[in-house]
Amino acid sequence: MDGYNLSHLKQLEAESIHIIREVAAEFDNPVMLYSVGKDSSVMLHLAHQAFAPARIPFPLMHVDTQWKFREMYRFRQLMAEKYQVDIKVWINPDGDGKVSPFSHGSEMHTQIMKTDGLKQALDHYGFDAAFGGARRDEEKSRAKERVYSFRNEFHQWDPKNQRPELWNLYNAKVNKGESIRVFPLSNWTELDIWLYLLREDIPIVPLYFAAEREVVERDGTLIMVDDERMPLREGEVPMRKKVRFRTLGCYPLTGAIESNAGTIEEIVQEMLLTTTSERQGRVIDADNSSMEDKKKDGYF
Amino acid sequence: MGGTKYKIQEEELIRSDIAEYLLRLLTCGSVDDGKSTLIGRLLYDSHMIYEDQLEKVAKDSKIFGTTDDGFDPALLTDGLKAEREQGITIDVAYRYFSTDKRKFIIADCPGHEQYTRNMATGASNCNLAVILIDARYGVISQTRRHSFICSLLGIRHVVVAVNKMDLVDWSEERYEQIMRDYNSFVSRLNFSDIHFIPMSALRGDNVVEHSERLAWYDGPTFLHHLESVNISTDRNLIDMRLPVQYVLRPNLDFRGFSGTLASGVMRVGDEVASLPSRRESRVKAIYGPDGELTEAFSPMAITVTLEDEIDVSRGNMLVPVKNMPHVGNEFEAMVVWMHEEPARSGKRYLVKHSCSMVPGVMSAIRYKVDVNTMKRDKSDKEKGQEAESLELNEIGRCHITLHRPIAFDPYDRNRATGSFIIVDRESNVTIGAGMIVDRIVSKPRHKRAPVSQNIVRSDSLVSADERHSLLGQSGVTIWMTGLSASGKSTIARELEKELMAQGHLCYILDGDNVRHGLNRDLGFSMDDRKENIRRIAEVASLMNAAGVIVITSFISPYRLDRQSARDVIGDESFIEVFVDTPIEVCEQRDPKGLYRKARSGEIQQFTGISDAYEAPQNPEITLPTQELAPDEAVKRIVSDLKSRNVIR
Repeated sequence: MDGYNLSHLKQLEAESIHIIREVAAEFDNPVMLYSVGKDSSVMLHLAHQAFAPARIPFPLMHVDTQWKFREMYRFRQLMAEKYQVDIKVWINPDGDGKVSPFSHGSEMHTQIMKTDGLKQALDHYGFDAAFGGARRDEEKSRAKERVYSFRNEFHQWDPKNQRPELWNLYNAKVNKGESIRVFPLSNWTELDIWLYLLREDIPIVPLYFAAEREVVERDGTLIMVDDERMPLREGEVPMRKKVRFRTLGCYPLTGAIESNAGTIEEIVQEMLLTTTSERQGRVIDADNSSMEDKKKDGYF
Repeated sequence: MGGTKYKIQEEELIRSDIAEYLLRLLTCGSVDDGKSTLIGRLLYDSHMIYEDQLEKVAKDSKIFGTTDDGFDPALLTDGLKAEREQGITIDVAYRYFSTDKRKFIIADCPGHEQYTRNMATGASNCNLAVILIDARYGVISQTRRHSFICSLLGIRHVVVAVNKMDLVDWSEERYEQIMRDYNSFVSRLNFSDIHFIPMSALRGDNVVEHSERLAWYDGPTFLHHLESVNISTDRNLIDMRLPVQYVLRPNLDFRGFSGTLASGVMRVGDEVASLPSRRESRVKAIYGPDGELTEAFSPMAITVTLEDEIDVSRGNMLVPVKNMPHVGNEFEAMVVWMHEEPARSGKRYLVKHSCSMVPGVMSAIRYKVDVNTMKRDKSDKEKGQEAESLELNEIGRCHITLHRPIAFDPYDRNRATGSFIIVDRESNVTIGAGMIVDRIVSKPRHKRAPVSQNIVRSDSLVSADERHSLLGQSGVTIWMTGLSASGKSTIARELEKELMAQGHLCYILDGDNVRHGLNRDLGFSMDDRKENIRRIAEVASLMNAAGVIVITSFISPYRLDRQSARDVIGDESFIEVFVDTPIEVCEQRDPKGLYRKARSGEIQQFTGISDAYEAPQNPEITLPTQELAPDEAVKRIVSDLKSRNVIR
């Protein structure tokens, strides 16, 4: 079979494009949830590849907690222009300007601005399918997630009531009000994402690369002081450190790691020598309720 | 520990884009076979576990642990809370890991309740299955059940992990007994390679590192085997099939048909037809994710444009004009039922096949298969009637009628165009999965309905025994299979000469000669090749009935085709001879210069180079021609014929 072998990245790419096209063909009103992170960058690139030379036939949506890094907001604008897509922004009106990780704690903040916000937005627009960039290798409870994850009319995920998924035959049948969360990157690992970003030269938020940034060390985690809204605790003095981020979320909830990796090649090299998993920098996973409970409730 | 990942060379991995190859594998075993332990051990010993995950396991081992020495690798993989508390895995879980040789996706399947449903789901996308056997208990009915489901779902490569060798004193004898037991029942399944490895997953013996306690075993370790097993022949690169997923119309000048190549190779300029309409055109351009291509192959996701404005929409299939799949609204399939609400014959469902969702009827449930014995369920047979229903986790052969025609291939030949799911019309839930059965092969000869209803087989007044005593021989077919230049024809001619010299009537049925006459209306499409084999087999069968020993020498690369010849001729008269010559040797001989042409691309789809050769699993005779001169090979066949009482 010389010459007819597809590299594993190209196989993953083909599989994801297949999923994205299926959704566009079979659902009435799909949306791609866009978090501005590296996985979203890959997903957006794949959607572009799937329909080129035509434009992406569905909108993107960012559920904004108002506490993302400033660089993420700039990057979101750049991507909307680059790919000529409609990026809808949804801010939960109940928490708009009122809820913060500092005033309400990380768990409440995430619940209101992210989980509730997402459900509101899906109901508001009547989306029947929503792409998410989650991968099965991220967390143990995700290892059994389907590519098409069924949600009832209350956006609830029931681990015991998921549809069997065979071959690449996805079941898109839903009743009114029910929806499917679609994970086209299910079979990608963190390393695959980085190698693909490198191979395809896909733009990502510069926060992924090491640079001198102003951080404080809080509860063993390096938190970046991204704007003046961050209240400093007694004795905390922001210091300049060369850091980067392995994942991006709300800046007060996202830990930085000290690093010198300024390119994707260097990040991959660092990764191969790393000793902690990707979600380790997420303050949110250390909360009492497990990821499984969060998912049942509608969080990605 | 996480700091020194298994033999990863950083730069190599960055370039891995070119070299690496994805292996999707399935693990099956019951709760106590140590399946989770094996996967946990694999991840742990290959250094794919991060420190924070390991810390969590150390913590969990105290809460849930089942081992006495404190570390339980199974806890690395058991995901959901409920199952960790109960110590069982309730659904298919996917694990990812890579070494410097390969990337692996493991579908981790529970052997508990709902085994069939979950295993079928996990197996549907896998190339290789790991069957776990507890060395203390050996081959049990569950082992058979798992193997059968894997075979049914089209898995061709099997690793039998004989686990818990520590509990049988590392006994080689026990291991060999298990090998014999497994081999004796698995021969009727459709596996192309089976590899046995003795191990102790809990203690790590032979998982990643060789074990001194199992020094008598000189094969590869589990991981090493996974890294090196060759799966490239699994893909069908012969039958081009492009199911159309989406039609792109960015402007009036561009109309592109997007889809994932289910199989085969598509080239610019190819003559294609759109099914089911059969309208024809040529491929004008092919676009892949990286831009325009001159050719594309499975499993690439592409967009194509055609020379002519023909009507093509989602659910249609683009195929070569000269190699078409079946088109129809009726087919038979093996169906795995996946829901508490049983399947009922006569009930209406939705069927999703490739890119179409079509309403249809389960018109008949022919029979159920007993997954433990792999045989047709006797209860129906005794009653002499078809089954009424198919319960959760049962497998049955069903006849399905759709409201409109689709283009399909048999599953054995093409997973992507031979598979479908069944969806309930009210709940929208996926309730069944099916694999289309080859219509020609599936029906035994004597049961196949003749075209005319007025044909009756007439029985002769002369018995086969009488012919045998008259001629001093029984009519059999010696079916030689092997690569081009393997020595088939040489041996066939020598054999014919030798048999004639010993006073036996025999005849070589030559492929080219047959194509000049009887089969001159046949081309090389899938259907035509199949028909070619069928006619040859029918002719051989008639000559056998007349008492003639028939020798055939065709490459006959596909197992399915040889099986269909065996079905026509009859198992008792069919002697499959595998002329086993390594491809390097054949290529060196290359008397007609065919290999050279195939390598340079002058000949396409050449067996062994650009097309698969599926070696026989259980041939009646194997001739390793590197060790055997032609006259020795002939002697071996003649003595085999004598031992079978074909000749005296």
